[in-house]
Amino acid sequence: MILFILFSTITVKAFDTPNDGGGSITIKAYNVPETVKKALVYRKTEGDTTYTFAGVMSILSYRYVDANSTIKNGKPYYYRVDFYFPDTVISVESDSPGIAYAQWYDKTKTSSLIFLIVFSTLVLVFIQLAKKDPEGLYIRKIPALDAIDEAVGRSTELGKPTFFVHGLLGITDAGTLAALTILRRVAKKVAEYDTPILVTNFDPIVMTASQETVKQAYTEAGRPDAYNEKNIIYLTYEQFGYTAGVDGLMVREKPGAIFLQGYFFAESLILAETGHSVGAIQIAGTTAKEQLPFFVAACDYVLIGEEMLAASSYIGREPVMLGSVKGADWGKAFLMGVIGIGVVLGTVGAILQSAGNGALMNVFEKILAFF
Amino acid sequence: MHISTNPWVWIAAILTLAIYSFLYKDNPFYKFAEHLFMGLGIGYGAVILWYNSIIPRLWNPLAHGTSPSRFYLLIPVALGLLALSIFSRRYSWLIKYPLAFYMGAVTGFSVPVSFEAYIFEQAQGTILKHSMFSNPWLGISNIIMFIGVITTITYFYFSKHHKGLLGKSARVGIVYIMLAFGASFGYTVMARISLLIGRMQFLLHDWLGIIK
Repeated sequence: MILFILFSTITVKAFDTPNDGGGSITIKAYNVPETVKKALVYRKTEGDTTYTFAGVMSILSYRYVDANSTIKNGKPYYYRVDFYFPDTVISVESDSPGIAYAQWYDKTKTSSLIFLIVFSTLVLVFIQLAKKDPEGLYIRKIPALDAIDEAVGRSTELGKPTFFVHGLLGITDAGTLAALTILRRVAKKVAEYDTPILVTNFDPIVMTASQETVKQAYTEAGRPDAYNEKNIIYLTYEQFGYTAGVDGLMVREKPGAIFLQGYFFAESLILAETGHSVGAIQIAGTTAKEQLPFFVAACDYVLIGEEMLAASSYIGREPVMLGSVKGADWGKAFLMGVIGIGVVLGTVGAILQSAGNGALMNVFEKILAFF
Repeated sequence: MHISTNPWVWIAAILTLAIYSFLYKDNPFYKFAEHLFMGLGIGYGAVILWYNSIIPRLWNPLAHGTSPSRFYLLIPVALGLLALSIFSRRYSWLIKYPLAFYMGAVTGFSVPVSFEAYIFEQAQGTILKHSMFSNPWLGISNIIMFIGVITTITYFYFSKHHKGLLGKSARVGIVYIMLAFGASFGYTVMARISLLIGRMQFLLHDWLGIIK
């Protein structure tokens, strides 16, 4: 009798999994005795006569998320959970069917939305300010930028070509876009000094963008006749094939200056070492933090991560880029402030909590939970 | 010594040696391997694109599907075809549309992910909690980490001259960055040596059979 009462209190609810894109139903069991050894979930829908096995419910949380590919939004699904006790099995059906549907708004992303609005507003405000007075927005000069003129000049003196090696990511990567702005500066200098340039590309779309960039730079330098689109070449879409190709070109052409710009992977050191071995002055720039040590070791100048983006803004002086860098700076200041406030609240809160007052600690925990 | 009789092992070994010959100097063997590698890369990439993307994601749904929504696939097809306008001097400007769509879509998808992975998670992990001081060494380690994060962020602050307090903080930041680079360098070199050992094992075991 006691056992029957115990079992009869178990309830199973099936409901749409919150904050998702649909196609998923959560099954939750309540008032489950601790003696349960395992719980298996079965599912059926309209037209089915029998239940089919759906999955194993965790006996720690008594929760199972059914995200089977057959689950359709708007269609009712009925669930049964079999609870295995040491000496018996109890089957409990869900009190109502679960219906999956997609949510328009994911509540867990509220913090992202707030930060996005704040950050976007800052960027837009700074873009407007930059449009009014581009010279009024101060951006610190990056030392490696001065080296661009020096490297191209040295290449010219030696009568050697300048190489610009793009990274491996496509046109959507921020580093690739920054590399294109730096390429414009390099190509303009090359055109002014009348030095040959060779641009190697891993991605065909980046190659197209590079051609346009170099063409524009030559026109700005007053040397459109000197532009040769065959100097902006596509090698291959295979990582180490590209590396082998660039290395081969380096040792055969012996450039005086090499620019390694964009997002690189394991090929970074191979490229930088080969460039070093041919005696070229090398300026690298990447947002790939794992590859930066290799560039620092083997190149003369390195644009470290975000410096690359700031450098391209400094060169381009375009309102959108300037505004983005300024907005990002304010975002960093905001984050430093949040981290600092968090540290103070956490420390003082812990001291007060040990003295019996947990209010400040609660505020601190809520801030942490917000993220 | 049991030299391999498998022709593919021989081809792989000879190409490996051809690539390694670059360590001495540029030579015809390296040039051959280099051009073969690049050509294979383009060919392989085209085949992968055809069989992993175009056939299953475009051709099969359009030719064999029954859902009326399959015709939506013609929108990305049209956008993709616009990319080919680059070959025409007159219509090359049309490539801006697929590029703009692609960049916008990728940026939109990556914004929330980047906020969570690179900002919120990092900020939450940096804020010092009471539990982080459960033992003195852990506490000191977390304080060092906290100082490192703040000073490194100041190094990447571009809106002010690195002078005064900001300059000193940025200076400490660059020390942290270099320490991190040193650790990363050592770690990666170890991984690369294991790759070299793997190649040597292939040459000396799989090919020449010198080692077991």
